Amino acid sequence: MSTEDTFDLDTAWGLTAQVSVRPERFGALLYHFGTRRLSFLKSPVLLEVLTGLAGAPTARDACTRAGVAAAELPAYRTALASLAASDMIRERS
Amino acid sequence: MKLVEQFQYGLDAPICLTWELTYACNLSCVHCLSSSGRRDPRELSTVECKAVVDELERMQVFYVNIGGGEPTVRPDFWELVDYATDHHVGVKFSTNGIKITPERARRLAAGDYVDVQISLDGATAEVNDAVRGPGSYAIALRAMENLAAAGFAGFKVSVVVTRQNAGQLDDFLAIADRYGAQLRLTRLRPSGRGADVWDELHPTAAQQRALYDWLLDHGERVLTGDSFFHLAAYGEALPGLNLCGAGRVVCLIDPVGDVYACPFAIHDEFLAGNVRGDGGFARVWRSSELFADLRSPQTGGACTSCSAYDSCRGGCMAAKFFTGLPLDGPDPECVKGHGERLLSTVDEKPRSAPDHSHRRTRGPVPVTIGMRRPDRACDESPLAGLGR
Amino acid sequence: MADNPTTEQPTEEVVEELLVEEVSIDGMCGVY
Repeated sequence: MSTEDTFDLDTAWGLTAQVSVRPERFGALLYHFGTRRLSFLKSPVLLEVLTGLAGAPTARDACTRAGVAAAELPAYRTALASLAASDMIRERS
Repeated sequence: MKLVEQFQYGLDAPICLTWELTYACNLSCVHCLSSSGRRDPRELSTVECKAVVDELERMQVFYVNIGGGEPTVRPDFWELVDYATDHHVGVKFSTNGIKITPERARRLAAGDYVDVQISLDGATAEVNDAVRGPGSYAIALRAMENLAAAGFAGFKVSVVVTRQNAGQLDDFLAIADRYGAQLRLTRLRPSGRGADVWDELHPTAAQQRALYDWLLDHGERVLTGDSFFHLAAYGEALPGLNLCGAGRVVCLIDPVGDVYACPFAIHDEFLAGNVRGDGGFARVWRSSELFADLRSPQTGGACTSCSAYDSCRGGCMAAKFFTGLPLDGPDPECVKGHGERLLSTVDEKPRSAPDHSHRRTRGPVPVTIGMRRPDRACDESPLAGLGR
Repeated sequence: MADNPTTEQPTEEVVEELLVEEVSIDGMCGVY
């Protein structure tokens, strides 16, 4: 899985409409009905970031609100980048 | 934590599942895992099927793989597919192609959320029809032509790898490419009618190795349904979860509503419950004893001392069960040969009881001892007088 | 694009575990 170095934490993001999110004890399962891809989120905090994206002005903000520490941010950025690459999340206009 | 650790203890709902809609089928494939042919009079009604879909939607089961028998022979088939996709349940259906007319193909291509899988077991009519019956190759290819002509890109061509077709892998890929489809290769299990032909049809050890190498070469291009996870013992694992999903992340709902751990294990031993019971499918998935058992830590048994166990995890439960091998031991096709050695010690093999085969497809072994009356009318033993 | 969960990780440095993994919807044994 490639890391998108261009992923912009400081813009608004949201879950793609065709994506179904299923919370699990380990985090969540995401299924995209259009691409038929299945993603496995291994962090409940990441799930919280995801659900908070639509209501937050920026992805960085959603991370902070979910309790992501500064040191952890790079890992979450990588995760968000891969979700964007598989069209699970999209930039909000 | 590795995926395998997350999933082997089960989830609150399946990720996807197989749903056999009917035992009726226009074909009589010799290796049919569900011993299909004749419709069962107790099959779920349209209303009952929709109730199952409603449950799957509530549970957020993402996807159902609809099969049978031949699912398209149910008069309500297209209605049920629409109902599922209208209720957030994705559908792929597995078919021999009999009902995929040009018109039907156009409607499928125009829609979303429905994937089609055409079954094929030979790259030539000669090899295919020996297993699936005369004319079946032509039916499948015609369906593929219709889908391709209608612009349905990426439908699946699904092949069960056998001794007879193991040398045709490149040809299968060519067929899939020709029609804009994706090839899928899956493992033959000794399930259903498969038990009768497994000895002659399952790939040889050499073919299995060649298959593994071929799959590695073709990477993500060829799907496998994770059915070859036992081959991970050769070295590098193939793409997929590489674990048995039965009762943990997947299961089977059969035409009469019985819930089994997987479609290759249609037997009382792996029957978890019925959707017609109190609490429906959800209750069976969450509370059945069988599934709780499968979700508890599995012992490797005789395999624990083997260096490959971490990769192959003891292989396929159904393959072991129907060849009479113990479940806590090697797979019959264990790549190290442990299973093959053990097979020679087996004297009894279980038989999958629900047999919906067309009559004369599968019958009792012809009895050649004579039907004689006992010498003395009051002799109870039917063998009396036979001099054995 | 599916990550192979059993691939060996490089051992030179501590590799951060990915928070997201992809699995093919076809990548589950026990389904047609």
